[in-house]
Amino acid sequence: MTPHRPDREVAIVAFAQSDHRRRTDDLSEVEMVMPVLHDVLRQTGLRTSDIGFTCSGSSDYLAGRAFSFTMALDGVGAWPPISESHVETDGAWALYEAWVKLLTGEADTALVYSYGKSSPGSVRDVLTRQLDPYYLAPLWPDSVALAALQAQALVDAGVTDETALAAIAGRSRADAGANPHAQLPGARPQGEYVVQPLRTGDCPPIGDGAAAVILAVGDRARELCARPAWIRGMDHRIEAHSLGVRDLTDSPSTRLAAERAGVFEAPVDTAELHAPFTSQEVVLRRALDLDESVRVNPSGGALAANPVMAAGLIRLGEAAARVHRGDSDRALAHATSGPCLQQNLVAVLEGEPHVR
Amino acid sequence: MTPPSETLRAPLVVEFPFTRSLGPVQSAFLTGLREQTVLGVRTETGEVLVPPVEYDPATAAELRDLVEVGATGTVTTWAWNPGPRPGQPLATPFAWVLVRLDGADTALLHALDAPGPEAVRTGMRVRIRWAAERSGAITDIACFEPYDSDPVAEPGSHDGRFADPVTGIVAAARLDYTYSPGRAQTRYLHALTERRTVGERCPSCTKVYVPPRGACPTCGVATTHQVEVGPRGTVTTYCIVNIKAKNLDIEVPYVYAHIALDGAGLALHGRIGGIPYDQVRMGLRVEPVWSEDGRYPDHYRPTGEPDADYDTYKELL
Repeated sequence: MTPHRPDREVAIVAFAQSDHRRRTDDLSEVEMVMPVLHDVLRQTGLRTSDIGFTCSGSSDYLAGRAFSFTMALDGVGAWPPISESHVETDGAWALYEAWVKLLTGEADTALVYSYGKSSPGSVRDVLTRQLDPYYLAPLWPDSVALAALQAQALVDAGVTDETALAAIAGRSRADAGANPHAQLPGARPQGEYVVQPLRTGDCPPIGDGAAAVILAVGDRARELCARPAWIRGMDHRIEAHSLGVRDLTDSPSTRLAAERAGVFEAPVDTAELHAPFTSQEVVLRRALDLDESVRVNPSGGALAANPVMAAGLIRLGEAAARVHRGDSDRALAHATSGPCLQQNLVAVLEGEPHVR
Repeated sequence: MTPPSETLRAPLVVEFPFTRSLGPVQSAFLTGLREQTVLGVRTETGEVLVPPVEYDPATAAELRDLVEVGATGTVTTWAWNPGPRPGQPLATPFAWVLVRLDGADTALLHALDAPGPEAVRTGMRVRIRWAAERSGAITDIACFEPYDSDPVAEPGSHDGRFADPVTGIVAAARLDYTYSPGRAQTRYLHALTERRTVGERCPSCTKVYVPPRGACPTCGVATTHQVEVGPRGTVTTYCIVNIKAKNLDIEVPYVYAHIALDGAGLALHGRIGGIPYDQVRMGLRVEPVWSEDGRYPDHYRPTGEPDADYDTYKELL
């Protein structure tokens, strides 16, 4: 499939995230979100009134607070009324909506943020409520159980084994040692089985956190950021909901999104993959044909911090930040949603050849 | 800014029993389970999907060609669950399994009752253990159990018709949370225990928010200074409630009002008592009547002062 070439240049010009923690009992959602909003505004020198479009991603089910995103909007300063939208999924999809808005020419800058407070509830159980209500939800199959079914399918297919999964866990947390926001910095023991074959180390930490990015078009982006991370392509694709009709060892939706985003047109040097479970990195590497030359998840990825609803947006932000710093010239960013990598978003971010 | 003296916590239970209707395919499948019969649906390419869906996941074609598949099948992948969680099919350690029933081309998710992970493998043969009481739900399959048998390749024909078909399910769900209100609301709640109403002032626009939520929604900054407001206030607008709310022990009709406490930058909500409902008016001066345990104002009553002039509260409407 031919990649879709956007006809307006859009870049990520700023990224901020909270320090992700197991609990944030002392903070309401807006109190958790506000500092990252202020951070991206400060980085660009923009005020809320300068922003053309605002889009957020979150889920009320995580903390059990109805319409929590309207409270979080207090942190934006939405008066006089702003152009605003919300998605009930990971903030990566809020970024996608904002990107489309900028491509239409209706706005030149966008603020995208997302947050998740998993600590008030039991996120493994909460996520069962996104499943098919007829055939799956009545069985309460939790997120680790579903990922474990996928992991066993990979082991059965001879694609991976527990040693290889442990190596992914170890590498991710070791890399997270350099990430001041990570919840699990530094390697740690794999621990006991949570749901076999997945051990504690194969699973993401549960925690609370928030992230924000600012998008801008063309020369506006160049004014706001020394080295913008240009979004060369972005696409998202979804697979059937029923696990039993999918080949869990593969991710055709990721591959198709990557083709449409133009990933395979030139090599990438970095990939930020939203793989909450070690076994899912195995699936994504295969779907994206990533070889050992690609730096995968230098941030530590979702295995080091997984604020649900923000972890995908953070992949886009981390990839962009590497471009901003000059550590990457062409980066892939991926986000996922749904059980066993059901829905996948892929973006290609590039820096201009010479740092200005 | 005073730090909260302690983090407040309270249990929060969210229950949502959705009533969901079934289409023709799901109705036949779930009714079939009640009758210990497993139905699948055949796609245009001849694949048999179990559990059946109404539209082909690949082509979106409408699917209605039902077939009967076996109650025995083969495990296609599994995961040993050492710690069953509330609501899951078995209360003792079990394996999650995807099972391709004999005659089906896709797999169904359920639990497998097995003594331990060493007794489970991909490719093992299993059969359905039916629930003793069945109502037309996926839980009519209690679980799977190990069962050696030869696979049967071909599905049988079935018209999907049963007496008294199931046409809907009630999907009950309960999620338990521990609610903590954050810094601003914690300060507010602590002050209420001392029968004080404390708002927070925006450092940018100076508006005083009561109750505070931690941020000024106009300026997008944290509210910083605590400001005691009230206790007296003015009714800015009101309505008369004529329908009794569930679980609320208040006689109707009663008045529910917006009350601008003296010093507050916006009105809060409260019930007006101590005055006949048809005598409440805009501008009425009121004061809080604290609940017996003193944690919050139960309602507001007239102070007896002259009514406030409209100009004093028109910006707070």
